[in-house]
Amino acid sequence: MVPLSYYLLLSGILFGCGVLGFLIKRNIITIFMSIELMLNGVNLSFVAFAAHWHALSGQIFVFFVMVVAAAEAAVGLAIIIAVYRTRETLNVDQVNLLKL
Amino acid sequence: MTPNPYLWLIPVLPLAGATINGAFGRRSSKKAISAIALVFCGASFAMALWIASGFSAAAAPYYFDLAHWIRAGNFQVDFSFYLDQLSLVMLLVVTGVGFLIHVYSVGYMWDADGYYRFMAYLNLFMFFMLTLVLAKNYLLMFIGWEGVGLASYLLIGFWFTKDSAAAAGKKAFIVNRIGDFGFLIALFLIIQHFGSLDFTRVFAAVHSLPPETEGTGLLTSIGLLLMVGAAGKSAQIPLYVWLPDAMEGPTPVSALIHAATMVTAGVYMVARSHMIFERAPGALTVVAVIGTLTALFAATIGIAQTDIKKVLAYSTISQLGYMFMACGVAAFSAGIFHLMTHAFFKGLLFLAAGSVIHGVGGEQDMRKMGGLRKYMPWTFGTMTIATFAIAGIPPLAGFFSKDEILWMAYASPHGSWVFWLIGVITAFITSFYMFRLWFMTFFGDYRGAAAGDAHVHGGHGSGHGHGEPHESPWVMLGPLVILAVLSFVGGWVGIHHKFDFFLSPVFHQHGVLEIKVATAAEEATIAAMEKLELTLTAVSVAAGFLGLYLAWLLYHRRRDLPEKIAASLGGLYRAVANKYYVDELYALLFVQPLVEGSTAILWKGVDQSVIDATVNNAADSARHVSDNVRHMQSGNLRSYAGWVAAGGAVVIAYMVWMGVR
Repeated sequence: MVPLSYYLLLSGILFGCGVLGFLIKRNIITIFMSIELMLNGVNLSFVAFAAHWHALSGQIFVFFVMVVAAAEAAVGLAIIIAVYRTRETLNVDQVNLLKL
Repeated sequence: MTPNPYLWLIPVLPLAGATINGAFGRRSSKKAISAIALVFCGASFAMALWIASGFSAAAAPYYFDLAHWIRAGNFQVDFSFYLDQLSLVMLLVVTGVGFLIHVYSVGYMWDADGYYRFMAYLNLFMFFMLTLVLAKNYLLMFIGWEGVGLASYLLIGFWFTKDSAAAAGKKAFIVNRIGDFGFLIALFLIIQHFGSLDFTRVFAAVHSLPPETEGTGLLTSIGLLLMVGAAGKSAQIPLYVWLPDAMEGPTPVSALIHAATMVTAGVYMVARSHMIFERAPGALTVVAVIGTLTALFAATIGIAQTDIKKVLAYSTISQLGYMFMACGVAAFSAGIFHLMTHAFFKGLLFLAAGSVIHGVGGEQDMRKMGGLRKYMPWTFGTMTIATFAIAGIPPLAGFFSKDEILWMAYASPHGSWVFWLIGVITAFITSFYMFRLWFMTFFGDYRGAAAGDAHVHGGHGSGHGHGEPHESPWVMLGPLVILAVLSFVGGWVGIHHKFDFFLSPVFHQHGVLEIKVATAAEEATIAAMEKLELTLTAVSVAAGFLGLYLAWLLYHRRRDLPEKIAASLGGLYRAVANKYYVDELYALLFVQPLVEGSTAILWKGVDQSVIDATVNNAADSARHVSDNVRHMQSGNLRSYAGWVAAGGAVVIAYMVWMGVR
């Protein structure tokens, strides 16, 4: 049986990739994907813990996260389309009207 | 104690007039305004006469509780009115003289801007003055007291576009505040120790207290504080400075408020509180000394004034001093007697002076008058009666009341020959400056601007052009004539002490100090006293005639003399002419330190560098901090994410570290 720490390590790596991608990438869609990566990294740790402790609540929670992520994807993509229509770019550094 | 359900109408009627004129006067015709003002004031006078005709000493005092006002535990103050012999005299004087002056004002103020305002203020004044006079407790009296102060302020500053008038109004108000402060503290003391402000209850409580013959105590403190209030309202040393400046107001105002009625409120208040003063000989002495000093002091200033109204103003202060002298020797009825006669002749003097000012086109400087006798015979005649009355020449009104005061100043147990002597000297000076005014105004040749000259109408307010001095219209002369008659015969009620006897239920009923009661055993003493009284009377009459002679000599026969005398007196004359520099002294001692202290400490010190600085520095530092912090909010999405990630990392690191421990 694969030990718990392996799952957690993988989960941490996935989350870290998501964070790095979020910070580094400029394309808004890539950033969006990084967010999904972070969410799924966390999901992995939930599932791992649930299996390890034989507690269902962790797995239930993952479903919630997925539902929220789906909703977020719908809203987020709509925003991205709106941004693209008004700014004609997907580069976040150019979406900076509120900057000083 | 008899209830009289009509008492409250007397003050409320003029209030109605003031309200109507104040609210609708701007759009009404002058005739309508005059009619309303006169009808409501006259109705009040008629009510007073009607109540006086039904007045019986057996049923007195009358009272009426109009409404509840303050109820707090055992302490209660109501809107209740009270009429005894003392308030009846005041009531008749105030409504009677007040009504005459209302009539006079119609003529005098007809051409003035804001005629409706003037009439409304006059009616308002009547309301407050009658409230003061008819109040049954100190608090209601205080309302009237403050109210007449307000009316006085409004009327002094009636020509408010003139700086001096506005300043004089403020001065009157502020100086009166000092006196009112003393009055208020006296009221607090009364509440604390007697638990009531109702006259009958307070005086009943005071009645059971022994006289404070030694040292000072509660009653002395209350008496002195009341005297502070009276000194403010009645223009006594050291608070008299506002009254001469108050002459900036229209002349009917000077006559009504600053001569006949309002300024006598202090005398009335002291007489009303006689129960307190009789048990506080220390306070009585202070009252007498202040009154005597004021009488002499103001009279001497009156000698050197050239403004006709200023002379009369100082004369008023001096005569008020006489009244306080009388109160101070516990001769309250003599003080009230003089109050009444003074209201007649001083009101008349002011109205006649107003008629003169009206006739010569707004000029108030007596050096530019003269010879007016043939231009305005009626004014001359009435003013002559008033002048002789104030100079104490028998058988005019002033003689009887002044003589009564001088006699009591000598003979009363609280009196002294010093008071009498100063009183007689003052009588001489009074006679001198009044006849000086009389000669300068009415005799010799007219020294004013020649016919056809363009006059600058100062505070006079009448717009029509002036050539020759002219007599005033009958609406002004009528009141003059009536007051002249009163100034002539008004003193006769004092013959055989009838006035004293009339007021005796008020003053002697519970009096601990019986004033020279005739007992059979003292026949010889009384005979001697009567002889002495006659002698003293002769001396005071002689003083009056001496003043007349001196004024005649200096201002009629030898007109060159006054200047020579003034020149030879030098500094002394200048000091008198400049009112002993009292205003300058007060400015130096009180006003300037206050202004400078307020500027340096309160304004620039406390307000600017503490209060403002606290607020401003708080705002400034908030702005500086925000200025620095706002750079975090760059608008760069990834930098925000970086902050979030960094924050999360810090939290996790902290938790891990906590877990390790």
